[in-house]
Amino acid sequence: MKWVMLIILCLSGPAWAGEARPLADDPAAEARLKHLAVELRCLVCQNQTLADSNAPLAEDLRREVREMIAKNMSDQEIIEFLTARYGDFVLYRPPLKATTTVLWVGPFVLLAVGATALVITLRRRAQKVTDVPMTDEEHRRVEQLLAEGGKRS
Amino acid sequence: MNRFLLPLSIFIVVVGFLGIGLTLNPREIPSPLVGKAAPEFSQPELYDHEKRFSPGDLKGKVWLLNFWASWCNGCRTEHPVLMELAKSGQVPIYGMDYKDQRDEAMTWLTRWGNPYPIVGVDDAGRVGINFGVYGVPETYVIDKQGVIRYKQIGPLDPDTVAKKIIPLVKQLESQ
Repeated sequence: MKWVMLIILCLSGPAWAGEARPLADDPAAEARLKHLAVELRCLVCQNQTLADSNAPLAEDLRREVREMIAKNMSDQEIIEFLTARYGDFVLYRPPLKATTTVLWVGPFVLLAVGATALVITLRRRAQKVTDVPMTDEEHRRVEQLLAEGGKRS
Repeated sequence: MNRFLLPLSIFIVVVGFLGIGLTLNPREIPSPLVGKAAPEFSQPELYDHEKRFSPGDLKGKVWLLNFWASWCNGCRTEHPVLMELAKSGQVPIYGMDYKDQRDEAMTWLTRWGNPYPIVGVDDAGRVGINFGVYGVPETYVIDKQGVIRYKQIGPLDPDTVAKKIIPLVKQLESQ
């Protein structure tokens, strides 16, 4: 019984995926659309890609991209078409520009600052540790304690 | 005391940035089209499908282009503001019925009033895409040369009209 269930489960997966959405007739064009759509942000539900979103605007934009693919426009041209209308926001990867340098360089700067601070603090701490000489009395006591601990365990 | 100064100042800077972040509206995406020529279109008119509405007809005028739809809640909120502005005669508001049913749009306008001299129909949402519309209502201020000067995302309210739209229209008209 388990096996039958497992087989049914395995078979139903791909069948389901095939029915999910009407795709364009040309699989190559659809592959390009998918490739582009994961790089593009849906403007309505802002944390979804154009590929994931079911918002009507995302559907329209996918249709628009499909048509541009059919017109043999390059990826570059399609992305330019969209950024001219919706701005860089439509791109999941913001381009490196004067206004986005903080975004791109910021994390590395923070990492460098953190690493420097860490090194400085560690060095300072190392300097602070000074040798404290032990007396013979203390030494004997340590030996004794260690020996006792060893017996117990 | 010195030991706490640095963490405290970092904390204050972070709180400052987060505070600024709270005042920003993530729904308001700056439009790259402000300052550029309004995209051309030629759409059938809502009340007369034979006629076509095109921004070329409005060269030399300062006008507003309002994307709306009968299914849109924000448009209902905004509508009295548009009616008031249209009545004042300070600036003509042209409508673009975005992804809507024609009869529903007409019923809506009959019911709530029609502030638009002309309403274009954008049933496929293509004009909307060319204007970078991502949610209705959106309103564009277009100057005499056909350049977009301002984009309002979301409903217009009396305050925005009085403080932004009217002064901008006056300034553009004097140019």
